[in-house]
Amino acid sequence: MLDPQIVFAALLNGLTQGAVYALVALGLTLIYGVLHIINFAHGALLMAALYGVFFLNARFGVDPYAALPVMVPAMFALGYGLQRFVIGRARHGRDENVLLVTLGLAIVLENAALAAFKSDTRTIETAYTFSTVNVAGAMIAVPKAVAFLGAVAAAALMLLLVSRTDLGRAIRAVAKEPQGARLVGIDVEHVFAVSFGIGLACLGAAACFLLPAYYVNPQVGNGFVLIAITIVVLGGMGSFAGALAGGLIVGVIESLGGLWLGESLGQIGIFLAFIGILLFRPQGLFGASVGKSGRA
Amino acid sequence: MRELAGIAAFALAAALLPAFVTSGFALNLAIMVLYSTLLGQAWNLLAGFGGQYSFGHALFFGTGAYAAAALQVHLGWNAWLALPAAVACGAASGVLVGALSFRYGLRGSYFALVTLAFAEVFRILANSVAFTGGGVGLLLPLEESAAAMQFAGKPGFLYLILALVLAGFLLCWWLKRSRFGAWLAAVRDNEESAAALGVDVFRVKLAAIAMSAALMAAGGVFYVQYFHYIDPHLAYGPAVSVEALLGPIVGGLGTVFGPLLGAAVLQALGELTRNLAGDVPGASLVAYGVALVAMVMFLPRGVAGLLARRGA
Repeated sequence: MLDPQIVFAALLNGLTQGAVYALVALGLTLIYGVLHIINFAHGALLMAALYGVFFLNARFGVDPYAALPVMVPAMFALGYGLQRFVIGRARHGRDENVLLVTLGLAIVLENAALAAFKSDTRTIETAYTFSTVNVAGAMIAVPKAVAFLGAVAAAALMLLLVSRTDLGRAIRAVAKEPQGARLVGIDVEHVFAVSFGIGLACLGAAACFLLPAYYVNPQVGNGFVLIAITIVVLGGMGSFAGALAGGLIVGVIESLGGLWLGESLGQIGIFLAFIGILLFRPQGLFGASVGKSGRA
Repeated sequence: MRELAGIAAFALAAALLPAFVTSGFALNLAIMVLYSTLLGQAWNLLAGFGGQYSFGHALFFGTGAYAAAALQVHLGWNAWLALPAAVACGAASGVLVGALSFRYGLRGSYFALVTLAFAEVFRILANSVAFTGGGVGLLLPLEESAAAMQFAGKPGFLYLILALVLAGFLLCWWLKRSRFGAWLAAVRDNEESAAALGVDVFRVKLAAIAMSAALMAAGGVFYVQYFHYIDPHLAYGPAVSVEALLGPIVGGLGTVFGPLLGAAVLQALGELTRNLAGDVPGASLVAYGVALVAMVMFLPRGVAGLLARRGA
């Protein structure tokens, strides 16, 4: 039996890690919910955002948190352009095409990073990288605590955006019924692109919160894709509250799994939970539609 | 019958290749095209003919590869005996995943994701248990003889992979004209209607995934025999799953020759970009990715779609 203090620390650690996972997954779930595509380039785009934050820091001395107002709009613009001019045009009404294009984009981004920056793993050092705060007796690294609060704030902002604004109403209309939305005068292509842009803006924010306590290399995104997909399914595809809760749950499972099963085998907990959810509750914890088949 | 003649012509052409081509480079390229065709045909059988899109075909590939390697390394089996055993293990893993996911009615993205997750679980397990050599992987002892399925020259491997690909082709050809194939097509096009007409949907899907997994496992066995080595990432990593699905989607889903066409186009593209891009790491794959995206943008129905349009 482990010391409850250690278990508590692992639990907090999992929650903070899970919050960043949730932020990555929020972008993915929005894109899935509106466009009904699984964005396989999501991890590669997170990697690109992490390099963005890294170079802003290394070249211009911009603090990772101060990079937020640059990275979030930049990633939004990138996402808008990608959907409008590449993914949307390549779709031709077939979902397999989207799969191929996002896979192709991931290959391009990962290898462009490899060609430009080599496979070195880079980290940044800030004044607060090694500071900790004491939460009820457990020591938590400051960057992780900030990441937790930032991710929760970002999730809340997105929830407000989608539920309270005209843009959010248009996004929900397009998600539910693109044909009908077009008939009432909504520019569906624009809303698709905006949704994709917001999805990537989440990655921009995640990168700013992640880098102070993490690292970047050309493959860094791979680990996140599968975890983000797991969270999206766990929370119910397209559900924001589900993505947030799912992210926290996955973070805790990973942290506790690592504590009991060791670093290598610990990750298995996530995927067993994933398979269990898919088999017994495929609509996810917060999903509404039961038994409705999704599209690949 | 025209398709059968096509298969025969292709088999003859491939079998005669070593008589005219002696360059190791060209033969290796032919072997890699056929190997990629085998993986593509396995995926195509389930996705193109059965409508079940899997993102985790590496699971069956890795199980076949590890079974073949472990039987030879740990138990000293002969490779020719290990091949059918490994194929059976692969088919069994297909039945396991199929039984679980089809029993619970998983379809579309959900089926795709559960296969992906199973492949990951097996990757982590292979990384953690001693039987598979953990992260170090398994190295096949070198024994260069046809009796050990480690041929001295490329032609031997060419014939081996050609035989496996032909099995895949004949299976798909049979699907196009058999009662079982008609059931499978009915399930793909409309599961509810098929069930209403008395098709045992669960059984049909289970048989399809078992066949698909068996072909994929044969690909895994070939990989081990050709490269003498397997590790968790090579066996169960996403790269194999992606290779299996790229070919048929590019070449034409649900057709007998689509995987061959796609494999040939993608291998040629890979070879071309490797030559053009030179030594910068990653540069050739950037070009490959750009070409892939461009191909989807401008050839929405795959290469087969282009050919069909020209022919019409």
